[in-house]
Amino acid sequence: MNAQQEPGNNDQGCYHCGLDIPLHSNFITLIKGKAQRMCCPGCQAVAQAISDGGLENYYKHRTGETRSPEFTDLSIPEQLLAELALYDQASIQKAFVSESEDGVKQAVLVIEGITCAACVWLLEHQISNLPGVTKASVNLTNHRAQLSWNNDEIQLSSILTSIYRIGYQGHPYHPDKEEQMLASETRKATRRLGIAGVFCMQVMMLAMALYAGEMQGIEDHLVNFIRWASFVLATPVVIYSARPFFSAAVRDIKTGHLTMDVPVSLAVGGAYLASIWATVTASGEVYYDSVTMFTFFLLIGRFLEMKARHRTGRAGNSLLNLLPASATLLKDGEELMVPATDLNIGDRILVKPGHTVPADGIILTGQSSIDESALTGEYLPVSKAGGDSIVGGTFNVENPLQIEITQVGAATQLSAIVRLLERAHEDKPKAAQIADKLAGYFVAAVLLTALVVGISWWFIAPEHAFWITLSVLVVTCPCALSLATPTALTVATGTLRQNGLLITRGHVLESLAKATHIIFDKTGTLTEGNLSLQSVIPFGETSYEHTLAIACALEAHSEHPIAKPFHVQAKLMEPVQAAEITNHVGLGLEGEVHGQRYFIGKPAFASRHCLTTLSYDDAPDDHGQWLLLASESEPVAWIGLSDAPRKQAKNTLAQLTRMGLQVEMLTGDSSAAVGHIAKELGIENIISGVSPEQKLQHIQSLQANGARVIMVGDGINDIPVLAGAQTSIAMGSATDLAKTNADAVLISGELQRLPQALQLARKNQKIIRQNLGWAIFYNMIALPLAAMGMIAPYMAAIGMSASSLVVVGNALRLSKLARANRVESPDQSRKITTP
Amino acid sequence: MNIMYLLIPIAIVFSGLAIWGFFWSVNAGQYDDLESPAHSILYDDDEHLIPDDAKPKSTQPQDKAE
Repeated sequence: MNAQQEPGNNDQGCYHCGLDIPLHSNFITLIKGKAQRMCCPGCQAVAQAISDGGLENYYKHRTGETRSPEFTDLSIPEQLLAELALYDQASIQKAFVSESEDGVKQAVLVIEGITCAACVWLLEHQISNLPGVTKASVNLTNHRAQLSWNNDEIQLSSILTSIYRIGYQGHPYHPDKEEQMLASETRKATRRLGIAGVFCMQVMMLAMALYAGEMQGIEDHLVNFIRWASFVLATPVVIYSARPFFSAAVRDIKTGHLTMDVPVSLAVGGAYLASIWATVTASGEVYYDSVTMFTFFLLIGRFLEMKARHRTGRAGNSLLNLLPASATLLKDGEELMVPATDLNIGDRILVKPGHTVPADGIILTGQSSIDESALTGEYLPVSKAGGDSIVGGTFNVENPLQIEITQVGAATQLSAIVRLLERAHEDKPKAAQIADKLAGYFVAAVLLTALVVGISWWFIAPEHAFWITLSVLVVTCPCALSLATPTALTVATGTLRQNGLLITRGHVLESLAKATHIIFDKTGTLTEGNLSLQSVIPFGETSYEHTLAIACALEAHSEHPIAKPFHVQAKLMEPVQAAEITNHVGLGLEGEVHGQRYFIGKPAFASRHCLTTLSYDDAPDDHGQWLLLASESEPVAWIGLSDAPRKQAKNTLAQLTRMGLQVEMLTGDSSAAVGHIAKELGIENIISGVSPEQKLQHIQSLQANGARVIMVGDGINDIPVLAGAQTSIAMGSATDLAKTNADAVLISGELQRLPQALQLARKNQKIIRQNLGWAIFYNMIALPLAAMGMIAPYMAAIGMSASSLVVVGNALRLSKLARANRVESPDQSRKITTP
Repeated sequence: MNIMYLLIPIAIVFSGLAIWGFFWSVNAGQYDDLESPAHSILYDDDEHLIPDDAKPKSTQPQDKAE
């Protein structure tokens, strides 16, 4: 090995999470004897824990990004430990822990933060290294960990803590009905595919013997025996593996519209029954090989489709995770820590700053800022005081609040949004039905032809009529035609996934290609979703570094979202200490720096001791958020904060417009910043200050006028709109609930993937049309031959496979994405404007 | 008696056994995660199993934190 690497240089970023390392910071962890630089104490602590566990190989193995840990301190906060300790209580454990006689407990956890297979490796090793843990296996696909541990040796909370310690979060997993169904659906599909695969090969082998026998001569008793053997092998395929096709066909006939399942079922069922007849009577032809191969091909397509559909997380637990596990109940003047699920209407609870509100309620005493971003997506907190109502799932920023609970469980507002979502799902235009239309006509045509052929032969030669009709059915439509669409969809879906757009519903590619409108949410979608420092405008001689240093010192201890950009900035500068900091709720901060008293916050508050009191009207402009920094005698500087648009937003929007889409912005925000951002990005159609219901209405009225809408959003408030639009795309940073309910997820948050996806979707439509064209062409040739009785079973099998291969090969052309300009890595250097 | 009458039933029995094994493995959850096992085989965490004299010469101090 060559010389020691110098401790990681700055352009590499944090060794753990890859973020930029702030200047003048010095967080170092020894990994394999080398000093590696980290971006924050959180990463440092996690890397230390990984290294202490002897699991440094994680850094060698990983291929995905590692998330920066949730906590930013060296140790896990007390409050979290107390919350985790709740999971040791028997009353809470009974919901998700099972216990066997010998004191071994088992539970399933959902783990957040898993990005690649190395995470699974790390988690499995970390957990199973704990004394007392007997089994730990982590599933990469659905992010669940199966644990069993000996309760005498280790408590569940210690396991959870050790998961936190390496930078992940574990929550207990309560499977709901829907998820159990999904799990059993996956296993059933796997079994069906396995049966079809194994028996299809066996039947093909026997069929080869029959084909060879037909050419070279074979004894009749052997033909009979081989047919019976094929019958035994093909039966499970038809009865078990092909059952979904039959039940779908029955359902379709009942509801009166033809889908591909109908001819598929007719061909499989008809050929199978006819083959049985031929086997029993030792006459005619057998089609066991075609039947099994056909079923196997189709099942592969369906299986891949299903896998893509199941890939995103499940909705069941995402709602749960928004609400805290515990609450502080006030009873007879005492504070009791209770599980949040035990709360009742009328209970008085205490919500400390930095905690999440566990249920809907009314504030009794206290005054604080509430961060509602989980619900509304807006990053600025709202000031609330006694008498105001407060929603479960929101976050208390500043002061302790006493709350009387008014709603729990299904009655809370959070649940109400989920119900709105279900309604929107029902109203959703059924794009899938449009896709079936062409297939419907085709199926009708083929069935009609088969009928005509059958009747004609009945008059010409009744003894051949049945066999020829059957060969028409087997040889023609089903395979190539029913593979034409799914293969193209599967390949395109895979390509998009590799490029950062995860598609979760089958109709997305078609609706993307046909879209006429694309509507964006503002905060977090077109913009970064958090405040950053934009400008500093000093009043007098003071240098802007000095001004910033004072502001950072004052904001250093505030957890208010407005203070966050200052925390980031503070890491880049020489630290300055502030003393005697007082927090004036909803107004600003006051404190002493270098022996002088300063105020920062709303202009009227900060300048109240100055000669002239300033207001927002005096701010340099009216977009963005302006804070005033003032001393006891005079204003010092205006500090501008704003939510900057995403880097690629402008280009993307221009590209989308060029592709012929109507671009709109729909936002709940009604401030002046909306117009500013719209202008900057060149959006003409803006609708601002609307509620989730109004958003949904707007989209529905557009759709009523024939528009096909793509909605891109991220907050929980966007979910009903996402569900109502033909196609919905959630940002990768969106809440889990939004992600699971969207048709597609933009994993990387790179907006320029959208035009690329649209292009691929359009290409996909073209390929599907080519495939269908080929299938029709093939049928045009095969149909007359079959109708004239010139197709032997082996020809049918060869023709079917060949045309399927052509279709699959054509679909594979979708695996390349048009190379648009590569993503430039986000430019992290902060530019703060000064006059 | 033709040998085929023996071989084909044996093949069918074997297929049956294969299916039984397959069902067992699906029910045991072996197909629930089709991604991570493919990677995990590549993670060499067996360094302690390699005899010292077989290890590539290293100039780097071994101060692995345990």
